[in-house]
Amino acid sequence: MLRRPSRAELRQWLDGYLFALPFLIGFIVFFLFPMVYSAWLAFQKWDLIGSPEFVGLKNITRALSDELATKSLYNSAYYTVIAVPLQLILAFLIALALTQNIKFKALYRAGFYMPIIIPVVATAVVWQRVFHPDSGIINNLLAIFGVPAQRWLSDPDMSKPAFIFMSLWSIGRMMVIFIAGLGNIPTSLLEAASIDGAGKLRQTLSITVPLMTPLILYNSIIALINSFQTWVPADIMTEGGPENSTLFVVLNIYRQGFKFFNMGYASALAWELFAIVMGLTLVQFISSRKWVYYEQ
Amino acid sequence: MTRQPLLSRKLRSALGTGLLQLVMTIAVISFLVPTFWMVSSSLKASTEIFASPIVWIPKQPMWRNYADVFNSPALPMLRFAFNTLFITALAVLGAVISSALVGYSLARIKFPGRDVIFAMVMATTLLPEIVMLIPRFIIFRNLPMFGADDALQISKSLLNVLPWLDRPTWLDTPLPLIVPYWLAGTGLYVFLMRQFFRGIPMELEEAAVMDGASRWQIFWRILMPLAKPATVSVAVFALFQHYNSYLEPVIFLNNKDNWTLAMALRAFNDTYASQWELVFAAATIMVIPMVILFIVAQRYFVEGIATTGFGGR
Repeated sequence: MLRRPSRAELRQWLDGYLFALPFLIGFIVFFLFPMVYSAWLAFQKWDLIGSPEFVGLKNITRALSDELATKSLYNSAYYTVIAVPLQLILAFLIALALTQNIKFKALYRAGFYMPIIIPVVATAVVWQRVFHPDSGIINNLLAIFGVPAQRWLSDPDMSKPAFIFMSLWSIGRMMVIFIAGLGNIPTSLLEAASIDGAGKLRQTLSITVPLMTPLILYNSIIALINSFQTWVPADIMTEGGPENSTLFVVLNIYRQGFKFFNMGYASALAWELFAIVMGLTLVQFISSRKWVYYEQ
Repeated sequence: MTRQPLLSRKLRSALGTGLLQLVMTIAVISFLVPTFWMVSSSLKASTEIFASPIVWIPKQPMWRNYADVFNSPALPMLRFAFNTLFITALAVLGAVISSALVGYSLARIKFPGRDVIFAMVMATTLLPEIVMLIPRFIIFRNLPMFGADDALQISKSLLNVLPWLDRPTWLDTPLPLIVPYWLAGTGLYVFLMRQFFRGIPMELEEAAVMDGASRWQIFWRILMPLAKPATVSVAVFALFQHYNSYLEPVIFLNNKDNWTLAMALRAFNDTYASQWELVFAAATIMVIPMVILFIVAQRYFVEGIATTGFGGR
């Protein structure tokens, strides 16, 4: 039988709910209700002017078959699949180097971190010009090595690689997490391996990397969620072009919703994005059982 | 007899360290080049911008470029700076207060449903922003502005400072960018505060209860002063988040009088597309406060990320 809570307990529960109240209200008003509303919208056709009209599964079938929607999924998948591993590798290597016996570590760490404190619009505005075919830094640098000028942002084959390259500039957060993790690896393990004759490379591959796999998983999950939702730089630098080669998923949703005011269709697209991101995160978790090492 | 290696172990390791130092120096310089180029180009004459090879340091720094940015007739930067400050300050304040309250309850008060609420907090962090923004847009569009008429009767001049006060809806006002954050709209900050409060020994509270302190006194007088590092981390992250925010302002704000710096920089980029020195100066203006924030609060940035795994971008 359940015991009747005492007065003091009831008082304590009330305190708990009162302190949590801001979140409880916020959750209902700004998360729960919008989610339910958005699910309802996904079955409506509505341009914000007339009244919503029930269209059944039309928005969903359109989201799954529409050429632009498919293209945007392909673009985001392409970007994510290549950018995330490169970001992970680069951030890991930098973190590894910054935990070795070199000078000015704190200064270097700040330098690698700095790009992520630059607001995303400023980053886009600057990199649009970094990639400029005539006056940009990259082509000028490549010219020194005799590489002909590339049309980074106006060539549909080069635009996604350009965005991937640019994303490598913003690995500061990952790097900081890796550095923190590397600091927790017991030196006794590395020393023992060293005494057994293992070289630096061997120590890194056999001890450091396995011990870091939980953080690699964490970083890859966050990076994947973020990369799949990247769109601001593309909106500013290329407006989704050329030939829709940088029309990323959220850019497509944003346009459908807030430029063309197809609220129902945009909601269906947003739910599709949500399902994909959740699915990919789940896949990462499940696959992690195979490659993530957890100490007992 | 063992084979003698070509170089002694010590020398090899010294060489390796030197090489690593060199590689890292080159790497960090290349990371800094775009930012340096932005700042240096913001001080160039227009002829130097398009010169080949690249001019890295302008012959005569053109401080005038900055004056030109602020004097742009089409894009009043001071207005945008004020709007950004207004929104950011209020959103950060709300984020700090609400995440501390909620984080405290989830960490230190036992009540039925607490774990469910914590799971809900974490669930909100996984939702893609765009999924919620479409329905929120429609909600804010239909929310009336209470008290706007009263405010106008108090002072018409208030409209000059807060031109959105006479809007009939919440759209095109700063409220959608502020109010959700007074209601713990960023779950990760709740998580950060909860983690911090959990690390403080419970005996502290038990002793205070014995002395007859109320829950609010315990929270405000005892725990909040102890939670200063976590509070500063949340404030720093929130400051960065709201200053940097682009999707939300673009969706909720329309009238140029209400724009933020992020929106203005984008418009600057379109309006003055060929005058790179002006665009770079505008970008530098937007970046400077964040650089100062980073220098002042680097410790909180880095420690906040290292202990919670998020923050920044």
